[in-house]
Amino acid sequence: MSTTVSHPPSTTIVHEIGRLTIDVVSSWGSLALFCLRLLRPLLRLPRGRVLWPIMHDVGVQSLPVILITGLFIGMVLAVQSYDTLRVMHFETRIGSVINVTLVKELGPVLAATMLAGRIGSAIAAEIGTMRVTEQIDALDALGADPIAYLVVPRFLACFWLIPALTVLADGIGMFGGWFISTQMLGVSSHFYWLYSDSFVTGFDVVSGIVKSLFFGAAIAVIACHRGFHCGAGAEGVGRSATEAFVYSFIAILALDFVLGIGLLNLYRVLFGGAVSLF
Amino acid sequence: MAIPGSLLPMTSSTTSPYVLELRRVSRGFGAQSVLRDISFAIEPGETLVLIGESGCGKSVTTKLLAGLLTPDSGAVYWNGQPVRDLSRQEFREQRLKFGYLFQGAALFDSLDVFENVAFGLRENRRLPESKVQEIVHERLRQVGLTSAVCKKRPSELSGGMKKRVGLARALAMSPEVMFYDEPTTGLDPVMSDVINELILRTRARQLVTSIVVTHDMHTVRRVADRVIMLYPLSRLSPGETQIVFDGPPEALPDATDPRVTEFVHGDAGRRLQEIAA
Repeated sequence: MSTTVSHPPSTTIVHEIGRLTIDVVSSWGSLALFCLRLLRPLLRLPRGRVLWPIMHDVGVQSLPVILITGLFIGMVLAVQSYDTLRVMHFETRIGSVINVTLVKELGPVLAATMLAGRIGSAIAAEIGTMRVTEQIDALDALGADPIAYLVVPRFLACFWLIPALTVLADGIGMFGGWFISTQMLGVSSHFYWLYSDSFVTGFDVVSGIVKSLFFGAAIAVIACHRGFHCGAGAEGVGRSATEAFVYSFIAILALDFVLGIGLLNLYRVLFGGAVSLF
Repeated sequence: MAIPGSLLPMTSSTTSPYVLELRRVSRGFGAQSVLRDISFAIEPGETLVLIGESGCGKSVTTKLLAGLLTPDSGAVYWNGQPVRDLSRQEFREQRLKFGYLFQGAALFDSLDVFENVAFGLRENRRLPESKVQEIVHERLRQVGLTSAVCKKRPSELSGGMKKRVGLARALAMSPEVMFYDEPTTGLDPVMSDVINELILRTRARQLVTSIVVTHDMHTVRRVADRVIMLYPLSRLSPGETQIVFDGPPEALPDATDPRVTEFVHGDAGRRLQEIAA
Protein backbone atom coordinates (compact mmCIF):
# COMPACT_ATOMS: atom_id res chain seq x y z
CA MET A 1 0.00 0.00 0.00
CA SER A 2 1.20 3.46 -0.67
CA THR A 3 -0.23 6.84 0.04
CA THR A 4 -0.35 9.35 -2.75
CA VAL A 5 0.25 12.97 -1.83
CA SER A 6 -1.17 15.56 -4.18
CA HIS A 7 -0.03 19.15 -4.20
CA PRO A 8 -2.63 21.79 -5.03
CA PRO A 9 -1.99 22.99 -8.58
CA SER A 10 -1.06 26.63 -9.03
CA THR A 11 -3.80 28.62 -10.73
CA THR A 12 -3.40 31.59 -13.02
CA ILE A 13 -5.90 33.95 -14.62
CA VAL A 14 -5.91 31.66 -17.68
CA HIS A 15 -6.92 28.70 -15.50
CA GLU A 16 -9.68 30.78 -13.95
CA ILE A 17 -11.04 31.93 -17.33
CA GLY A 18 -10.91 28.35 -18.58
CA ARG A 19 -12.68 27.03 -15.50
CA LEU A 20 -15.34 29.73 -15.75
CA THR A 21 -15.89 28.98 -19.44
CA ILE A 22 -16.25 25.27 -18.74
CA ASP A 23 -18.69 26.02 -15.90
CA VAL A 24 -20.85 28.30 -18.06
CA VAL A 25 -20.91 25.94 -21.05
CA SER A 26 -21.63 22.88 -18.90
CA SER A 27 -24.41 24.73 -17.04
CA TRP A 28 -26.12 25.72 -20.28
CA GLY A 29 -25.62 22.22 -21.65
CA SER A 30 -27.06 20.70 -18.52
CA LEU A 31 -30.10 23.02 -18.69
CA ALA A 32 -30.64 22.20 -22.38
CA LEU A 33 -30.47 18.44 -21.69
CA PHE A 34 -32.86 18.89 -18.77
CA CYS A 35 -35.37 20.62 -21.09
CA LEU A 36 -35.01 17.79 -23.62
CA ARG A 37 -35.64 15.20 -20.89
CA LEU A 38 -38.80 17.11 -19.97
CA LEU A 39 -40.33 16.99 -23.47
CA ARG A 40 -41.34 13.32 -23.53
CA PRO A 41 -42.93 13.14 -20.04
CA LEU A 42 -44.81 16.37 -20.81
CA LEU A 43 -46.95 14.44 -23.29
CA ARG A 44 -48.64 12.60 -20.41
CA LEU A 45 -50.77 14.54 -17.96
CA PRO A 46 -49.77 13.79 -14.32
CA ARG A 47 -52.25 12.07 -12.02
CA GLY A 48 -54.70 14.35 -10.25
CA ARG A 49 -53.50 13.39 -6.75
CA VAL A 50 -50.01 14.58 -7.75
CA LEU A 51 -51.01 17.63 -9.80
CA TRP A 52 -53.75 19.19 -7.65
CA PRO A 53 -51.73 19.80 -4.48
CA ILE A 54 -49.01 21.47 -6.55
CA MET A 55 -51.58 23.59 -8.43
CA HIS A 56 -52.99 24.60 -5.03
CA ASP A 57 -49.51 25.53 -3.80
CA VAL A 58 -48.61 27.51 -6.90
CA GLY A 59 -52.00 29.10 -7.50
CA VAL A 60 -54.07 29.51 -4.36
CA GLN A 61 -51.15 30.00 -1.96
CA SER A 62 -49.70 32.72 -4.20
CA LEU A 63 -52.88 34.78 -4.30
CA PRO A 64 -52.09 37.06 -1.32
CA VAL A 65 -48.63 38.00 -2.55
CA ILE A 66 -49.87 38.54 -6.10
CA LEU A 67 -52.84 40.67 -5.09
CA ILE A 68 -50.74 42.83 -2.77
CA THR A 69 -48.06 43.25 -5.46
CA GLY A 70 -50.60 44.16 -8.16
CA LEU A 71 -52.45 46.61 -5.91
CA PHE A 72 -49.31 48.51 -4.96
CA ILE A 73 -47.95 48.59 -8.52
CA GLY A 74 -51.18 50.27 -9.66
CA MET A 75 -51.20 52.73 -6.77
CA VAL A 76 -47.51 53.64 -7.15
CA LEU A 77 -47.91 54.15 -10.88
CA ALA A 78 -50.79 56.56 -10.22
CA VAL A 79 -48.81 58.56 -7.66
CA GLN A 80 -45.63 58.69 -9.77
CA SER A 81 -47.20 59.57 -13.12
CA TYR A 82 -49.77 62.11 -11.92
CA ASP A 83 -47.38 65.08 -11.40
CA THR A 84 -45.70 64.68 -14.80
CA LEU A 85 -49.02 64.41 -16.60
CA ARG A 86 -50.46 67.40 -14.71
CA VAL A 87 -47.59 69.62 -15.86
CA MET A 88 -48.61 68.82 -19.44
CA HIS A 89 -52.34 69.11 -18.55
CA PHE A 90 -52.75 65.43 -19.45
CA GLU A 91 -53.81 64.22 -16.01
CA THR A 92 -57.12 62.95 -17.34
CA ARG A 93 -55.12 60.44 -19.40
CA ILE A 94 -53.54 58.85 -16.33
CA GLY A 95 -55.64 55.71 -16.83
CA SER A 96 -53.95 54.98 -20.16
CA VAL A 97 -50.45 55.33 -18.68
CA ILE A 98 -51.20 53.14 -15.68
CA ASN A 99 -53.03 50.43 -17.52
CA VAL A 100 -50.79 50.15 -20.58
CA THR A 101 -47.73 49.96 -18.31
CA LEU A 102 -49.45 47.44 -16.08
CA VAL A 103 -50.76 45.15 -18.76
CA LYS A 104 -47.73 45.15 -21.04
CA GLU A 105 -44.77 45.43 -18.69
CA LEU A 106 -44.93 45.85 -14.97
CA GLY A 107 -47.78 43.44 -14.30
CA PRO A 108 -46.16 40.40 -15.97
CA VAL A 109 -42.59 41.24 -14.91
CA LEU A 110 -43.24 42.08 -11.27
CA ALA A 111 -45.77 39.27 -10.80
CA ALA A 112 -43.28 36.81 -12.27
CA THR A 113 -40.50 38.22 -10.08
CA MET A 114 -42.60 37.80 -6.94
CA LEU A 115 -43.55 34.28 -8.00
CA ALA A 116 -39.93 33.39 -8.79
CA GLY A 117 -39.18 34.32 -5.19
CA ARG A 118 -42.13 32.49 -3.70
CA ILE A 119 -42.56 29.48 -5.97
CA GLY A 120 -39.17 29.13 -7.69
CA SER A 121 -37.17 29.10 -4.47
CA ALA A 122 -39.63 26.73 -2.80
CA ILE A 123 -39.50 24.29 -5.74
CA ALA A 124 -35.69 24.34 -5.80
CA ALA A 125 -35.48 23.85 -2.04
CA GLU A 126 -38.04 21.02 -2.03
CA ILE A 127 -36.49 19.11 -4.94
CA GLY A 128 -33.00 19.88 -3.62
CA THR A 129 -33.90 18.39 -0.26
CA MET A 130 -35.27 15.34 -2.03
CA ARG A 131 -31.99 15.04 -3.93
CA VAL A 132 -29.87 15.36 -0.77
CA THR A 133 -31.98 12.85 1.17
CA GLU A 134 -31.96 10.36 -1.75
CA GLN A 135 -35.73 10.66 -2.25
CA ILE A 136 -35.14 11.22 -5.98
CA ASP A 137 -33.08 8.01 -6.12
CA ALA A 138 -35.93 6.31 -4.25
CA LEU A 139 -38.44 7.48 -6.87
CA ASP A 140 -36.15 6.06 -9.54
CA ALA A 141 -35.75 2.79 -7.64
CA LEU A 142 -39.54 2.47 -7.26
CA GLY A 143 -40.09 2.78 -11.00
CA ALA A 144 -41.32 6.38 -11.08
CA ASP A 145 -39.60 8.73 -13.51
CA PRO A 146 -38.47 11.65 -11.30
CA ILE A 147 -38.88 14.08 -14.21
CA ALA A 148 -42.46 12.94 -14.82
CA TYR A 149 -43.30 12.80 -11.12
CA LEU A 150 -41.61 15.97 -9.87
CA VAL A 151 -40.94 18.31 -12.79
CA VAL A 152 -43.94 17.89 -15.10
CA PRO A 153 -46.62 18.82 -12.51
CA ARG A 154 -44.59 21.82 -11.34
CA PHE A 155 -43.96 22.92 -14.91
CA LEU A 156 -47.65 22.66 -15.83
CA ALA A 157 -48.74 24.43 -12.65
CA CYS A 158 -46.36 27.34 -13.33
CA PHE A 159 -47.13 27.44 -17.06
CA TRP A 160 -50.90 27.51 -16.52
CA LEU A 161 -51.23 29.47 -13.31
CA ILE A 162 -48.57 32.19 -13.54
CA PRO A 163 -50.41 33.79 -16.51
CA ALA A 164 -53.67 33.51 -14.55
CA LEU A 165 -52.07 35.10 -11.51
CA THR A 166 -50.64 37.82 -13.73
CA VAL A 167 -54.11 38.64 -15.06
CA LEU A 168 -55.30 38.93 -11.45
CA ALA A 169 -52.35 41.18 -10.60
CA ASP A 170 -53.20 43.36 -13.61
CA GLY A 171 -56.83 43.56 -12.54
CA ILE A 172 -56.14 44.52 -8.94
CA GLY A 173 -53.44 46.94 -10.17
CA MET A 174 -56.00 48.68 -12.38
CA PHE A 175 -58.28 48.99 -9.41
CA GLY A 176 -55.43 50.38 -7.26
CA GLY A 177 -54.54 52.92 -9.95
CA TRP A 178 -58.19 53.89 -10.39
CA PHE A 179 -58.69 54.27 -6.63
CA ILE A 180 -55.70 56.58 -6.12
CA SER A 181 -56.36 58.57 -9.32
CA THR A 182 -60.05 59.17 -8.74
CA GLN A 183 -60.40 59.15 -4.96
CA MET A 184 -57.17 60.91 -3.96
CA LEU A 185 -55.89 62.78 -7.02
CA GLY A 186 -59.24 64.02 -8.27
CA VAL A 187 -59.19 62.54 -11.78
CA SER A 188 -62.60 61.87 -13.26
CA SER A 189 -63.54 58.20 -13.26
CA HIS A 190 -65.17 58.67 -16.68
CA PHE A 191 -61.94 59.96 -18.29
CA TYR A 192 -59.86 57.36 -16.42
CA TRP A 193 -61.74 54.50 -18.09
CA LEU A 194 -62.28 56.36 -21.39
CA TYR A 195 -58.55 56.79 -22.01
CA SER A 196 -57.77 53.36 -20.60
CA ASP A 197 -60.18 51.85 -23.10
CA SER A 198 -58.80 53.78 -26.04
CA PHE A 199 -55.10 53.09 -25.30
CA VAL A 200 -55.10 49.53 -23.98
CA THR A 201 -55.61 47.20 -26.93
CA GLY A 202 -56.39 43.51 -27.02
CA PHE A 203 -52.88 42.99 -28.38
CA ASP A 204 -51.42 44.59 -25.24
CA VAL A 205 -53.37 42.19 -23.05
CA VAL A 206 -52.32 39.20 -25.16
CA SER A 207 -48.68 40.43 -25.10
CA GLY A 208 -48.71 40.45 -21.30
CA ILE A 209 -50.19 36.96 -21.14
CA VAL A 210 -47.74 35.58 -23.72
CA LYS A 211 -44.86 37.02 -21.72
CA SER A 212 -46.14 35.48 -18.51
CA LEU A 213 -46.45 32.06 -20.20
CA PHE A 214 -42.74 32.24 -20.99
CA PHE A 215 -41.92 33.55 -17.52
CA GLY A 216 -43.87 30.69 -15.93
CA ALA A 217 -42.08 28.08 -18.04
CA ALA A 218 -38.68 29.65 -17.31
CA ILE A 219 -39.29 29.80 -13.53
CA ALA A 220 -40.38 26.14 -13.42
CA VAL A 221 -37.52 24.81 -15.56
CA ILE A 222 -34.83 26.81 -13.77
CA ALA A 223 -36.12 26.00 -10.29
CA CYS A 224 -36.49 22.26 -11.00
CA HIS A 225 -33.07 22.15 -12.68
CA ARG A 226 -31.41 23.84 -9.71
CA GLY A 227 -33.16 21.42 -7.36
CA PHE A 228 -32.07 18.38 -9.35
CA HIS A 229 -28.47 19.61 -9.37
CA CYS A 230 -28.41 20.60 -5.73
CA GLY A 231 -25.11 20.35 -3.84
CA ALA A 232 -24.68 18.35 -0.67
CA GLY A 233 -26.18 19.32 2.68
CA ALA A 234 -28.15 22.29 3.94
CA GLU A 235 -25.71 24.67 2.26
CA GLY A 236 -26.36 23.04 -1.12
CA VAL A 237 -30.13 23.32 -0.68
CA GLY A 238 -29.84 26.97 0.35
CA ARG A 239 -27.63 27.75 -2.62
CA SER A 240 -30.06 26.02 -5.00
CA ALA A 241 -32.97 28.08 -3.68
CA THR A 242 -31.01 31.31 -4.07
CA GLU A 243 -29.78 30.39 -7.54
CA ALA A 244 -33.32 29.48 -8.59
CA PHE A 245 -34.50 33.00 -7.77
CA VAL A 246 -31.48 34.84 -9.18
CA TYR A 247 -31.38 32.88 -12.44
CA SER A 248 -35.16 33.12 -12.82
CA PHE A 249 -35.02 36.87 -12.30
CA ILE A 250 -32.31 37.25 -14.94
CA ALA A 251 -34.28 35.00 -17.30
CA ILE A 252 -37.44 37.08 -16.73
CA LEU A 253 -35.64 40.32 -17.59
CA ALA A 254 -33.90 38.83 -20.63
CA LEU A 255 -37.11 37.22 -21.89
CA ASP A 256 -39.01 40.47 -21.31
CA PHE A 257 -36.51 42.31 -23.51
CA VAL A 258 -36.51 39.72 -26.29
CA LEU A 259 -40.27 39.14 -26.23
CA GLY A 260 -40.90 42.90 -26.03
CA ILE A 261 -39.02 43.43 -29.30
CA GLY A 262 -40.56 40.36 -30.92
CA LEU A 263 -44.12 41.30 -29.97
CA LEU A 264 -43.62 44.92 -31.04
CA ASN A 265 -42.42 43.80 -34.45
CA LEU A 266 -45.31 41.35 -34.67
CA TYR A 267 -47.71 44.19 -33.88
CA ARG A 268 -46.22 46.31 -36.65
CA VAL A 269 -46.48 43.44 -39.11
CA LEU A 270 -50.09 42.73 -38.16
CA PHE A 271 -51.44 46.25 -37.66
CA GLY A 272 -48.91 48.45 -39.47
CA GLY A 273 -46.44 50.98 -38.11
CA ALA A 274 -43.59 53.16 -39.21
CA VAL A 275 -40.70 51.82 -37.18
CA SER A 276 -39.46 48.27 -36.78
CA LEU A 277 -37.04 47.44 -33.99
CA PHE A 278 -34.07 45.27 -34.98
CA MET B 1 -20.48 -18.76 0.60
CA ALA B 2 -22.91 -18.58 -2.24
CA ILE B 3 -26.23 -20.37 -2.21
CA PRO B 4 -26.37 -22.53 -5.36
CA GLY B 5 -29.34 -22.63 -7.67
CA SER B 6 -31.24 -19.82 -9.27
CA LEU B 7 -34.12 -17.59 -8.44
CA LEU B 8 -36.70 -16.62 -10.96
CA PRO B 9 -34.72 -15.70 -14.07
CA MET B 10 -34.55 -11.96 -14.52
CA THR B 11 -34.66 -12.42 -18.29
CA SER B 12 -35.53 -15.47 -20.28
CA SER B 13 -32.64 -15.30 -22.74
CA THR B 14 -29.71 -15.30 -20.36
CA THR B 15 -27.34 -18.10 -19.42
CA SER B 16 -25.15 -16.20 -16.95
CA PRO B 17 -24.78 -17.78 -13.51
CA TYR B 18 -24.66 -14.29 -12.00
CA VAL B 19 -27.54 -12.02 -11.08
CA LEU B 20 -25.37 -8.92 -11.00
CA GLU B 21 -21.90 -8.25 -12.29
CA LEU B 22 -19.49 -5.33 -12.59
CA ARG B 23 -16.77 -5.57 -15.22
CA ARG B 24 -13.89 -3.11 -14.98
CA VAL B 25 -16.21 -0.35 -13.80
CA SER B 26 -14.89 3.12 -13.04
CA ARG B 27 -16.90 6.05 -11.79
CA GLY B 28 -16.09 9.58 -10.65
CA PHE B 29 -17.87 12.78 -9.76
CA GLY B 30 -16.38 15.86 -11.39
CA ALA B 31 -12.63 15.70 -10.92
CA GLN B 32 -12.85 13.12 -8.14
CA SER B 33 -12.52 9.43 -9.04
CA VAL B 34 -14.36 7.14 -6.64
CA LEU B 35 -14.14 3.71 -8.28
CA ARG B 36 -11.45 2.36 -10.60
CA ASP B 37 -11.59 -0.88 -12.56
CA ILE B 38 -13.89 -2.69 -10.14
CA SER B 39 -14.94 -6.20 -11.16
CA PHE B 40 -16.99 -8.75 -9.25
CA ALA B 41 -20.11 -10.84 -9.71
CA ILE B 42 -22.95 -11.91 -7.42
CA GLU B 43 -24.64 -15.29 -7.53
CA PRO B 44 -28.38 -15.79 -7.05
CA GLY B 45 -29.41 -15.99 -3.42
CA GLU B 46 -26.03 -14.76 -2.20
CA THR B 47 -25.78 -12.13 0.54
CA LEU B 48 -22.81 -9.95 -0.31
CA VAL B 49 -21.65 -7.42 2.25
CA LEU B 50 -19.60 -4.45 1.08
CA ILE B 51 -17.37 -2.96 3.76
CA GLY B 52 -14.77 -0.25 3.80
CA GLU B 53 -14.11 3.12 5.32
CA SER B 54 -16.22 6.18 4.50
CA GLY B 55 -15.72 7.53 1.01
CA CYS B 56 -14.36 4.30 -0.47
CA GLY B 57 -17.28 4.00 -2.92
CA LYS B 58 -19.53 1.36 -1.33
CA SER B 59 -22.78 3.26 -1.89
CA VAL B 60 -21.68 4.26 -5.40
CA THR B 61 -21.02 0.58 -6.14
CA THR B 62 -24.53 -0.43 -5.04
CA LYS B 63 -26.10 2.41 -7.02
CA LEU B 64 -24.18 1.26 -10.10
CA LEU B 65 -25.38 -2.31 -9.54
CA ALA B 66 -28.96 -1.08 -9.09
CA GLY B 67 -28.88 1.10 -12.20
CA LEU B 68 -29.29 4.33 -10.24
CA LEU B 69 -25.92 5.52 -11.59
CA THR B 70 -24.16 4.77 -14.86
CA PRO B 71 -20.45 3.91 -15.01
CA ASP B 72 -17.94 6.25 -16.65
CA SER B 73 -16.26 3.18 -18.13
CA GLY B 74 -16.71 -0.57 -17.90
CA ALA B 75 -20.07 -2.32 -17.83
CA VAL B 76 -22.77 -3.46 -15.44
CA TYR B 77 -24.51 -6.77 -16.20
CA TRP B 78 -27.90 -7.89 -14.99
CA ASN B 79 -28.27 -11.63 -15.36
CA GLY B 80 -25.62 -11.67 -18.04
CA GLN B 81 -27.02 -8.79 -20.08
CA PRO B 82 -25.16 -5.49 -20.33
CA VAL B 83 -27.43 -2.84 -18.80
CA ARG B 84 -26.46 -0.32 -21.48
CA ASP B 85 -27.93 -2.64 -24.16
CA LEU B 86 -31.35 -2.83 -22.52
CA SER B 87 -34.21 -0.86 -24.03
CA ARG B 88 -35.94 1.69 -21.82
CA GLN B 89 -38.81 -0.73 -21.21
CA GLU B 90 -36.50 -3.69 -20.46
CA PHE B 91 -34.45 -1.56 -18.08
CA ARG B 92 -37.59 -0.49 -16.23
CA GLU B 93 -38.98 -4.02 -16.01
CA GLN B 94 -35.68 -5.43 -14.76
CA ARG B 95 -35.20 -2.75 -12.16
CA LEU B 96 -38.64 -3.26 -10.70
CA LYS B 97 -37.23 -6.59 -9.49
CA PHE B 98 -34.84 -4.68 -7.24
CA GLY B 99 -35.64 -3.28 -3.82
CA TYR B 100 -33.51 -0.56 -2.26
CA LEU B 101 -33.30 0.43 1.39
CA PHE B 102 -31.58 3.81 1.44
CA GLN B 103 -29.21 5.00 4.13
CA GLY B 104 -31.64 7.52 5.62
CA ALA B 105 -34.65 5.43 4.45
CA ALA B 106 -35.47 8.20 1.89
CA LEU B 107 -39.17 8.16 2.73
CA PHE B 108 -41.18 10.71 0.78
CA ASP B 109 -41.83 13.61 3.17
CA SER B 110 -45.03 14.64 1.45
CA LEU B 111 -46.65 11.21 1.84
CA ASP B 112 -47.73 9.31 4.93
CA VAL B 113 -46.43 5.84 5.83
CA PHE B 114 -49.20 4.01 3.98
CA GLU B 115 -48.71 6.07 0.84
CA ASN B 116 -44.95 5.53 1.02
CA VAL B 117 -45.28 1.75 1.22
CA ALA B 118 -48.01 1.72 -1.45
CA PHE B 119 -46.05 4.02 -3.78
CA GLY B 120 -44.35 1.39 -5.94
CA LEU B 121 -47.52 -0.70 -6.20
CA ARG B 122 -49.63 2.26 -7.27
CA GLU B 123 -47.04 3.46 -9.77
CA ASN B 124 -46.31 0.14 -11.39
CA ARG B 125 -49.00 -2.43 -10.72
CA ARG B 126 -52.60 -2.09 -11.73
CA LEU B 127 -53.99 -3.55 -8.53
CA PRO B 128 -57.35 -2.81 -6.91
CA GLU B 129 -57.02 -0.56 -3.88
CA SER B 130 -58.15 -3.40 -1.56
CA LYS B 131 -55.21 -5.51 -2.76
CA VAL B 132 -52.80 -2.59 -2.29
CA GLN B 133 -54.05 -2.18 1.28
CA GLU B 134 -53.65 -5.88 1.94
CA ILE B 135 -50.03 -5.88 0.69
CA VAL B 136 -49.11 -2.70 2.59
CA HIS B 137 -50.48 -4.01 5.90
CA GLU B 138 -48.78 -7.38 5.34
CA ARG B 139 -45.40 -5.76 4.64
CA LEU B 140 -45.70 -3.45 7.64
CA ARG B 141 -46.51 -6.48 9.78
CA GLN B 142 -43.45 -8.30 8.41
CA VAL B 143 -41.17 -5.50 9.58
CA GLY B 144 -42.85 -5.40 12.98
CA LEU B 145 -45.04 -2.34 12.55
CA THR B 146 -48.77 -2.13 13.15
CA SER B 147 -51.33 -0.42 10.98
CA ALA B 148 -51.44 2.39 13.57
CA VAL B 149 -48.40 3.97 11.87
CA CYS B 150 -50.14 4.19 8.48
CA LYS B 151 -51.29 7.78 8.88
CA LYS B 152 -48.04 9.06 10.38
CA ARG B 153 -45.71 11.30 8.37
CA PRO B 154 -42.03 10.30 8.07
CA SER B 155 -41.09 13.25 10.30
CA GLU B 156 -43.07 11.65 13.15
CA LEU B 157 -41.09 8.39 13.04
CA SER B 158 -37.94 7.38 14.90
CA GLY B 159 -34.81 6.35 12.96
CA GLY B 160 -35.51 2.64 13.43
CA MET B 161 -39.14 3.01 12.35
CA LYS B 162 -38.08 4.93 9.26
CA LYS B 163 -35.68 2.14 8.32
CA ARG B 164 -38.43 -0.45 8.83
CA VAL B 165 -40.94 1.55 6.76
CA GLY B 166 -38.24 1.92 4.07
CA LEU B 167 -37.75 -1.84 4.16
CA ALA B 168 -41.53 -2.45 3.95
CA ARG B 169 -41.68 -0.09 0.95
CA ALA B 170 -38.87 -1.97 -0.79
CA LEU B 171 -40.41 -5.36 0.01
CA ALA B 172 -43.88 -4.32 -1.19
CA MET B 173 -42.76 -4.92 -4.77
CA SER B 174 -41.57 -8.49 -3.88
CA PRO B 175 -38.02 -7.87 -5.12
CA GLU B 176 -35.65 -10.58 -6.28
CA VAL B 177 -32.63 -8.49 -5.33
CA MET B 178 -32.42 -6.29 -2.22
CA PHE B 179 -29.91 -3.51 -1.70
CA TYR B 180 -29.35 -2.31 1.87
CA ASP B 181 -27.31 0.88 2.16
CA GLU B 182 -25.97 1.11 5.72
CA PRO B 183 -29.13 -0.39 7.22
CA THR B 184 -27.98 -0.14 10.85
CA THR B 185 -26.13 3.18 10.78
CA GLY B 186 -27.41 5.58 13.43
CA LEU B 187 -29.49 2.95 15.22
CA ASP B 188 -29.11 1.69 18.77
CA PRO B 189 -27.70 -1.86 19.20
CA VAL B 190 -31.11 -3.41 19.79
CA MET B 191 -32.68 -1.79 16.74
CA SER B 192 -29.57 -2.70 14.71
CA ASP B 193 -30.15 -6.32 15.64
CA VAL B 194 -33.83 -6.02 14.68
CA ILE B 195 -32.80 -4.77 11.23
CA ASN B 196 -30.20 -7.56 10.88
CA GLU B 197 -32.86 -10.09 11.78
CA LEU B 198 -35.23 -8.57 9.20
CA ILE B 199 -32.53 -8.90 6.55
CA LEU B 200 -32.11 -12.57 7.42
CA ARG B 201 -35.87 -13.20 7.51
CA THR B 202 -36.35 -11.45 4.18
CA ARG B 203 -33.72 -13.69 2.63
CA ALA B 204 -35.23 -16.80 4.20
CA ARG B 205 -38.81 -15.94 3.24
CA GLN B 206 -38.31 -14.64 -0.27
CA LEU B 207 -34.86 -16.10 -1.08
CA VAL B 208 -33.66 -12.75 -2.38
CA THR B 209 -30.14 -11.93 -3.44
CA SER B 210 -28.88 -9.27 -1.03
CA ILE B 211 -26.21 -6.60 -1.24
CA VAL B 212 -25.53 -4.93 2.09
CA VAL B 213 -23.33 -1.87 2.59
CA THR B 214 -22.17 -1.48 6.16
CA HIS B 215 -19.42 -0.43 8.56
CA ASP B 216 -20.91 -2.59 11.28
CA MET B 217 -18.87 -5.77 11.81
CA HIS B 218 -21.73 -7.27 13.83
CA THR B 219 -23.96 -6.99 10.75
CA VAL B 220 -21.18 -8.54 8.65
CA ARG B 221 -20.92 -11.55 10.93
CA ARG B 222 -24.69 -12.03 11.13
CA VAL B 223 -25.83 -11.69 7.53
CA ALA B 224 -22.88 -12.15 5.14
CA ASP B 225 -22.26 -15.09 2.85
CA ARG B 226 -19.41 -13.18 1.27
CA VAL B 227 -17.58 -9.97 2.10
CA ILE B 228 -15.88 -7.52 -0.26
CA MET B 229 -13.79 -4.75 1.23
CA LEU B 230 -13.12 -1.62 -0.84
CA TYR B 231 -10.32 0.80 -0.13
CA PRO B 232 -10.47 4.55 -0.92
CA LEU B 233 -8.95 5.33 -4.29
CA SER B 234 -7.30 8.46 -2.90
CA ARG B 235 -5.10 6.27 -0.67
CA LEU B 236 -4.00 3.88 -3.42
CA SER B 237 -1.21 4.19 -5.96
CA PRO B 238 -2.16 3.93 -9.68
CA GLY B 239 -1.61 0.19 -10.12
CA GLU B 240 -3.26 -1.06 -6.94
CA THR B 241 -6.62 -2.81 -6.87
CA GLN B 242 -9.42 -1.21 -4.91
CA ILE B 243 -10.83 -4.55 -3.69
CA VAL B 244 -8.57 -5.52 -0.79
CA PHE B 245 -10.65 -8.47 0.46
CA ASP B 246 -13.10 -10.82 -1.24
CA GLY B 247 -14.11 -13.94 0.65
CA PRO B 248 -16.34 -15.45 3.31
CA PRO B 249 -16.73 -13.59 6.61
CA GLU B 250 -15.01 -16.46 8.44
CA ALA B 251 -11.81 -15.60 6.56
CA LEU B 252 -11.74 -11.99 7.79
CA PRO B 253 -9.87 -12.73 11.07
CA ASP B 254 -7.18 -14.58 9.10
CA ALA B 255 -6.64 -11.79 6.59
CA THR B 256 -3.00 -10.75 6.35
CA ASP B 257 -3.53 -7.39 4.64
CA PRO B 258 -3.11 -4.75 7.38
CA ARG B 259 -5.77 -2.57 5.75
CA VAL B 260 -8.32 -5.35 6.31
CA THR B 261 -7.27 -6.22 9.85
CA GLU B 262 -7.20 -2.56 10.85
CA PHE B 263 -10.77 -2.10 9.61
CA VAL B 264 -12.06 -5.33 11.14
CA HIS B 265 -10.55 -4.52 14.55
CA GLY B 266 -11.19 -0.79 14.37
CA ASP B 267 -7.49 -0.10 14.81
CA ALA B 268 -6.65 3.51 13.94
CA GLY B 269 -2.97 3.36 14.98
CA ARG B 270 -1.39 3.72 11.56
CA ARG B 271 -3.91 6.33 10.46
CA LEU B 272 -3.22 8.38 13.58
CA GLN B 273 0.51 8.22 12.85
CA GLU B 274 -0.18 9.58 9.35
CA ILE B 275 -2.29 12.39 10.79
CA ALA B 276 0.44 13.25 13.29
CA ALA B 277 3.06 13.25 10.54
